[in-house]
Amino acid sequence: MMRFLLPLAAFVVLVIFLGIGLTLNPRQVPSPLVDKPAPPFRLQQLYDTTKTLSSEENLGKVWMLNVWASWCVACRDEHPVLVELSKLGIVPIYGLNYKDQRDTAMQWLKQFGNPYEVSIVDADGKVGINYGVYGVPETYVIDKQGIIRYKHIGPVTVESLKNKIIPLIKELKG
Amino acid sequence: MAQLINKKANSLKRYLMVLILSLFSLQGYANEAVPVAEDPELEKRLVNLAENLRCLVCQNESLAASRADFANDMRREIREQMRMNKSDDEIVEFLVARYGDFILFNPPFKSTTWFLWFGPFTLLLGGGAALVFYLRRRRIQINEKDQPLTESQRLQAESLIKEMNKDQNT
Repeated sequence: MMRFLLPLAAFVVLVIFLGIGLTLNPRQVPSPLVDKPAPPFRLQQLYDTTKTLSSEENLGKVWMLNVWASWCVACRDEHPVLVELSKLGIVPIYGLNYKDQRDTAMQWLKQFGNPYEVSIVDADGKVGINYGVYGVPETYVIDKQGIIRYKHIGPVTVESLKNKIIPLIKELKG
Repeated sequence: MAQLINKKANSLKRYLMVLILSLFSLQGYANEAVPVAEDPELEKRLVNLAENLRCLVCQNESLAASRADFANDMRREIREQMRMNKSDDEIVEFLVARYGDFILFNPPFKSTTWFLWFGPFTLLLGGGAALVFYLRRRRIQINEKDQPLTESQRLQAESLIKEMNKDQNT
């Protein structure tokens, strides 16, 4: 009896491990930055190039940082969701315009709507590296103390807003 | 006769020409593929380090090998930090703090990776132990069965063999 049970048990364990492996998404790399202070930045604004925005200016409020670019196809899927979210007025969304051209970026916002409080320009992607960005779009929820509380990789969907992001923002606002 | 030799020499010349030309084309290709390095020493260090780092966009390629835009940016970042006299360890620490252990091709040794590091050895030891256990038990079983025949068993076997021989002869 043992002769059959042991290999069977080993096989079942193997299948479970492989099964877990198959359901994981290799693109979803957990960020070590969650629950760590958001990397500071001071960047030029997209519309008014004479002005800058620094991360410190957002201390004391819960805010979202959305990394986007006009060349990013998935950003197009996500954009209407962000526009709707901005209309709800729950949370200010700041756009990090990642490795983009200024005029095409502005054209893009004109065409699809502008959900951002302010868009800032990360032309060479250096701030992106500091935030661990490797695929656009990525979205961060940052709390009043300037701590990153959540990172969403890929397009924000209505489900992810409902199930995770909005409840989290409400909790953080207290 | 002289004509024939001439002809042969001509075809040989042509053959050599083609060979030489093909060498030149290889050279041209190699020249194009070599990256433009301002500081070969630094570039060597960069490649050494980046070979052990994963490109997160093209996940099975290293940062050294990948041609993705992301890998380009990362190489630039590493280059800049090297110019700022940061050590390799400091640079790796910087990257891990932002991208996690996943960026390393060599997983670090810590509590969450114990299974990864020890798993194969545990399996090997377990398998070896099981094999030794099984072989020992089998030997004991064989020894137990391997008793000399009793007198009655021997007679029985003998008569069986005789009967078999008789059947074959008829």
